[in-house]
Amino acid sequence: MSKTLEVRGLRKVYQGPGRSVEALADLTFSVAASELVCMVGPSGCGKTTLLRCAAGLLEPTAGEVLLEGAPVAGPPPDMAVVFQEYGRSLFPWMTVRANVELPLRSKGLGGDRRRRLVTDALAAVGLEDVHDAYPWQLSGGMQQRVAIARAVAYEPHVLLMDEPFAAVDAQTRAELEDLVHSLWRRTGVTIVFVTHDIDEAVYLGQRVLVLSSSPSVVQEDLPVDLPGERDQLATRSDPRFTQLRGHVYAQIQQAKRGGGQPAPPSPEGAAAPGS
Amino acid sequence: MNPAAAARRVLLAAGLPLALLGLWWLASADSQSFYLPPLRDILTAFADTWLGGRLADDVLPSVVRLLAGLAVATVAGVGLGVLIGSSPRLRATLEPVLEFLRAIPPPVLVPIFILVAGIGTTMKVLVIVSGCLWPILLNTVEGVRARDEVLEDTCRAYGIRGTARLRHLVLRSASPQILTGMRQALAIGIILMVISEMFAASSGLGFTIIQFQRGFAIPEMWSGILLLGLLGVALSLAFRGFERRALAWYHGLRRAERGPS
Repeated sequence: MSKTLEVRGLRKVYQGPGRSVEALADLTFSVAASELVCMVGPSGCGKTTLLRCAAGLLEPTAGEVLLEGAPVAGPPPDMAVVFQEYGRSLFPWMTVRANVELPLRSKGLGGDRRRRLVTDALAAVGLEDVHDAYPWQLSGGMQQRVAIARAVAYEPHVLLMDEPFAAVDAQTRAELEDLVHSLWRRTGVTIVFVTHDIDEAVYLGQRVLVLSSSPSVVQEDLPVDLPGERDQLATRSDPRFTQLRGHVYAQIQQAKRGGGQPAPPSPEGAAAPGS
Repeated sequence: MNPAAAARRVLLAAGLPLALLGLWWLASADSQSFYLPPLRDILTAFADTWLGGRLADDVLPSVVRLLAGLAVATVAGVGLGVLIGSSPRLRATLEPVLEFLRAIPPPVLVPIFILVAGIGTTMKVLVIVSGCLWPILLNTVEGVRARDEVLEDTCRAYGIRGTARLRHLVLRSASPQILTGMRQALAIGIILMVISEMFAASSGLGFTIIQFQRGFAIPEMWSGILLLGLLGVALSLAFRGFERRALAWYHGLRRAERGPS
């Protein structure tokens, strides 16, 4: 499979007055086309730093990010980002429709095409009837749907999601997880999904990358050998799901204690998928 | 709003002014003082003085100069404010100078403006601009600086740059502060409008009031002061209406944030 996103030797040191903080030590991983990769790690492990570097919003201290072979020097046009703070990433002075449409204007798309993309994207996230509402008139979950619609309408090759559901309630979160999963299966967009929620990472991902504590490295690269179709009830009660979740949990506990230790033995059965 | 509630609001807003007018009327009814004529005389003078040609000859030019001064101050203040607010270095360089210039009371600049621009319309507009610029400029700087960094990231991630970013991000997120600055500027502008017409003028509301005073036309002078007050109220109401429309999103957002979430 071709590598859509490649991160090589990524290191980020924040220089403050009198002291410097190393957030990312040395990160190397790649994401194949149409893959859905989740990244988890202990809180404060530099997940957001990694995502901002990958999005071209933050310049790394060393290392590089390649999108389809080309180095990322600024935000690339084939990448979309969904931020955690949905309330602050939508323009409060624009209607839902205008919010989704604005990036398409900057892309220089014609009116007809823009209208079709906006209508389709809003329909895909189940917001057909709120085109003319303002974001602050909607619930948190609906606002994050708008942000997802904006990303989908942008037609990115890679979609980066930074703890997108950290601020919504549990039921809404489950709905949004299923929405992202179904959008991914339908469009085949490559998704990098950053979360601090172990269940969410295992539930959504084809692969889970476990980051160590800051300064972070990739502590483990774990394939999730669950059936492709995910279901809140069936998947979460699958013994394999519980096993994987337990394994990631143990990894993160170890990361908290010891930092970037080598990975412990793989979870039972990981070597023989489908067991 | 139902009609009863609307009527109650109007009554509440108009009640005190009407009561004060009534009090003035009664207290001044038998006034023999030359300088404090009965309100009856003032109101008669009001109709005779202003409802003829003076409204077009003296009041309209004043208001036009005020609006022109406000417009120039808004364009300059917002333009400079966006530049200064976007660049910490520029702000650090200019801040002491701006503080100094802002501290100079605009009326003392009138003699200088007369030297530079003569005694015509340009001078009067300049006086208004010199006072109205500062609240707009300083509020714009604050508004531009306080823009949300997540929105800034959103713009960068989605390739919203240049004029699109200026229009949709910078100006819109600073608009509540810009309008606050404009509201303060309006109040300052009315004062400066009158002051600019008290020096070397041949028309205008301020000039006319001074003329009446010098000619001992005291009820007419009082009627001019009443008219100035009414003009101030009308302009401020008009501005509030404009603000309510332009910032509907802002007030809605604030209500949504305050409400149960």
